[in-house]
This record gives sequence, structure tokens and C-alpha cells, in this order.
Amino acid sequence: MLTEVRRPVPVAAPPQRRRRPWPTVALFLSPALFLFALLVLTPIVVAGYASFFNWNGFGAPSNFVGLENFRRLLADQIFVGDLRRTLLLVALSLGIQIPISLALAMLLNQPLRGRRVYRMLFFAPYVLSEVVTAVLFTMIFSPNQGLANHLTRLAGLGDLGATWLADPDTVMYSLFFVISWKYFGFHTILYLAGRQSIPPELHDAAAMDGAGPWQAFRHITLPLLGPTIRISVFLSVLGTIQLFDMVWVLTGGGPIRSSETLAVTMFQEGFKRFHVGYASAISMVIFLISVTFGLLYQRFVLRRDLEGAVTTMGDQR
Amino acid sequence: MTRMRSVALHTTSLVVGAAVVVPIIFGILGGFKDNGQLFTNPFGLPDPWLPGNYLDALRSTAFWQQATNSVVIAVVSTALVVGVGAMAAYIFARFAFPGREFLFTLFAVGLMFPFAVAILPLFVLLRGMGLLGNPLGVILPQVAFGLPITIVILRSFFRTIPAEVEESAVLDGCGPFRFFWRILLPMARPALGTVSVLAVVGSWNNYLLPLIVFNDSRWWTLPLGVQQFQSQYSADTARILAYVTLAMLPSLVCYALAERQLIGGLTSGLGKG
Repeated sequence: MLTEVRRPVPVAAPPQRRRRPWPTVALFLSPALFLFALLVLTPIVVAGYASFFNWNGFGAPSNFVGLENFRRLLADQIFVGDLRRTLLLVALSLGIQIPISLALAMLLNQPLRGRRVYRMLFFAPYVLSEVVTAVLFTMIFSPNQGLANHLTRLAGLGDLGATWLADPDTVMYSLFFVISWKYFGFHTILYLAGRQSIPPELHDAAAMDGAGPWQAFRHITLPLLGPTIRISVFLSVLGTIQLFDMVWVLTGGGPIRSSETLAVTMFQEGFKRFHVGYASAISMVIFLISVTFGLLYQRFVLRRDLEGAVTTMGDQR
Repeated sequence: MTRMRSVALHTTSLVVGAAVVVPIIFGILGGFKDNGQLFTNPFGLPDPWLPGNYLDALRSTAFWQQATNSVVIAVVSTALVVGVGAMAAYIFARFAFPGREFLFTLFAVGLMFPFAVAILPLFVLLRGMGLLGNPLGVILPQVAFGLPITIVILRSFFRTIPAEVEESAVLDGCGPFRFFWRILLPMARPALGTVSVLAVVGSWNNYLLPLIVFNDSRWWTLPLGVQQFQSQYSADTARILAYVTLAMLPSLVCYALAERQLIGGLTSGLGKG
């Protein structure tokens, strides 16, 4: 279709389109701009606008309440709990999941028989959807036929496994387990790729100078993996802030709302209770946390790594 | 020393490998058991093998309907996001005009916009446009939210193609459209593969958007179907395991067939997801 459109190019003239690019620019750019403006930017702006109203989602936003929704949020135990739980998941991911993924990548970098098979296995859960994963683990944690409870009985711990998802004290850790099960392989593969791009001469030289494996890891591998670690942490944190599917299917936010995340609370308020204004205020909080974190992180942490990062765009031609 | 080390390495890999595989195997085998077997014989092979749950699912129109819907929505979304994204990336990569950096930054910041933030107004908007219950109500927002990563990856790839290629094409009388379609896109095949993998997987696994758009089961995708099936048969674990297994099979088969391409696609760029 596009090939049929031809424009006469003056013979022996310098390329015209550098001087008068507008028709081409407009034609090629407008579909993307239109979709992005209509379906991404507009909804976000509308969410910001709606967060100042006590609105049920029907008709135009009415009943302006100013910052009242945000004031109520701060007093809302569920919302404050959402923030606390998000922090807990971030801490667990950075403290446990990321180090384990890194260790496994180092392991897969060793000459190990079946390395390719392990690599393939570890990444497999990442291609499954969060919904399928969550339903599978709902069954695994199910009190009667579930695998978890059989395992704890086998280990002489009684029916401990029956209540992992049903007990407010353990549900977040079970959730974290399932999240890690799905995502650790992704981080491992990232680290493995990073490790393999380090020139072998560096480790050879270190070994020749008498450095042990730990010293080599500490002083060569780790610093050179810096960019990969920073990207991996970035993705992990951003993903945790926006967590929805897994929680909604695995626990529905329960028991007694003890595993809700920001997005789940937003969904409950907006789609189940029709508190659209209030839910929009939660959306805005998710938005502000994500973008603030993202921009600060790119500005201060990723600055050295990412040519073309958002905040360094000005330096580019 | 090295021998002990090697044993430790193997043991660790085996344990982690088992932790990954056991839940999946539990699902596959569990589908061949009944609930009594699941209770008395959770770890062993089914005895006897009962294919009933799988056959029921495979004979139901619902499963095939959902699988077809998932495929149709993923294919159309991917074609659109790659097409529209490539056109925009071409402009951002190879044309100079005032406001370019601002517009590109807008898209790049879009990488950090979570779906969840827009979902309520999106619902209101789609309702206003009459797109609730319509596959376009899922496809178009998916395309819009997929544009940032597509444009960022393709733009950086397009920039690596030397200017001489374009100059000589122009001297031969090649306009921008021809250049884009006949020269740039064929040269960018690896990058197009990467963004397509991201788009297909993103669409295939999407849950929140179909959840609010499709009230009626006519257009339900597999994630919605699986979740619905679970709440419908909540007491029948074996039946649910069979359905979940069937739902994860397409992803696992694609992964087994195209492991390298999938890993490459999903981990390059910012690997959103």
C-alpha cells in the first residue's frame, strides 16, 4: 500500500525531505500520536482530574471535593497497608529474590553439565501468564488436595501448608514465593547475559594475580555487572508497585484485605464500589510513585548506563 | 575440592530446577487424576490415568473459543503496534524537526505508565465509544500502551543503519515511503522480531483489560477463561488443573520451539512485564 505512493524527486538535487519533512512526518507520526494521546495520555489526565471529585463514574465528574480524596487516603488503613505491603514486597525482592537470581546466574556460568537445560527451565515460568500461575498455585496451596500441605505433612509439620494463603500473617510471604517462582528466571537470564559479556581476560588476569573466586566476584564481576543489576532492580521495583493480576487471582486481596496492593484497592473501589473519584486518587498515587521513582532512578542511578535514557535526552542529537 | 564444588553446583541446580518443574508437573499429572487420587496420592503417577477432565475441556466450545480469541487479539494487536510503532520510530530516528525530542520523550516516559492507572478512565472512555464487549476495546488500548517500548527499541535500531544507505537510495529516486517499506523494514527484521515477541506475549497474558472490557463470554481470552473456570468449579481441583494445563500449554510449546528468540525478545530493551 505504502509503496504505491511516490513523490517526484528533483534530479541531481540534494535530498529534499531533510528540508521539508512535514508531510512525511505528519503522515507517519499521526497514527501513533493519535492512539497514544487518546488511550494513554487522556485517561491519565482524566484520572488526575477525577481524583478531585466525589464521582460515581456516570456522567461528567461532579461534586468537586478538592484534595478531600487524598486526605481520606492518608486516614484509610487499607491504603496505608497497601503502601506497607508494597514496601515489604520490594524489600523481599531486593533482599532475597535478586541475590538468589544473581547467585544462580553465576552458577549457570560455570562449566556444568546440563547447563542449557537448567537455563531453559529457570526461564520457563516467566513465559506463563500471571493468571495461569496464580490459578496453578491456588490449587497447590489448596487445603485438601494441594501440594503444599502434603509437603508440610511429609516434613512432619502437620497441616501448616493448608493455611499459607488463608492466614493474614503468612499470605504476603506466600505471594512473594509465587512472584519469585515466576520472575527469578528472568533476572537470572539478565545476569547471565551480563556476566557473559565480561571479557574472559579480566578473570584470567585476576586468577594469575592470585585472586580467589570470591575476590574475583567481588572486585571484577560485581562492579562490571553494575548496569545489569541496576536495570534488574528497576524492573523489579516498578513491577511490584503496579502488581495486580497475581494478587487478584491468587487471593483477591484477602483474607480480610490483608494482601491488597495499591492496584487491587483501586480496582475494588472503582469497579466494585463505584467510588470512581476515590479510586482515581489511588491511581494518581500509583502514577506519581511510579514516575517519580522511574525518573529519579534514571537520573541518579541509571545515568551512566543508559544512552538515550529519558532524562538525558537533551544531550542527544 | 573441585569435586565437592561440582557436587554442590549440581545439587543446587537440581533443587532449583525441581522447584520450577514440580508445580508444572503437579498440574499436568493432576489433570489425569481425580480428587480422591490427589488427596491420597499427590506425588506419584496417576493410577489409573483418567483423561476425562482433559477430554471434557477439549470437547467444550468454551476452551477453543477462548484460545481463538487470544490468538486473534494477539495477532491483530501485534500487527498494529509494530506497524504504527515502526512508522513513528522511523520519523524519530531519521528526521530532524522542532519538537522531535519532546514528542519522543513523551513516548519514552510512557514506558513507566502503569496500565492500572489508566484503567478506570479507559473504561469510561471505551463505554462512551461503545467498545465494551468489542475486541477493539482490548486491542486499541493494548496497542497504545505497547507503543513506547516498540518505538524506543525500533528507533535505536533504525539509528544504527548508516545514513549512506538512505542517501544512495534517495539518489536512486527512492522516496521516504519506499525507503521505509522496501529497505528499512527488511533490514530491521531482528528488531521487529524482538518487539513482536514483546507484543504477542503481552497481549496473550493480559488480564486486567479484557476483564473490564468483556462482560460477555463471547470474547473471553484464556486468562479470563481460566480464572472463570476456577471460580465455577472451585471444589473440583483435578478439573481445574486439567484446564490450567491446557491453558499454559501454548506458551510452553512456543517457548520450547523458539527458546532463543523468546528469551532474546523478552530480555532485550527494557523487557517490560
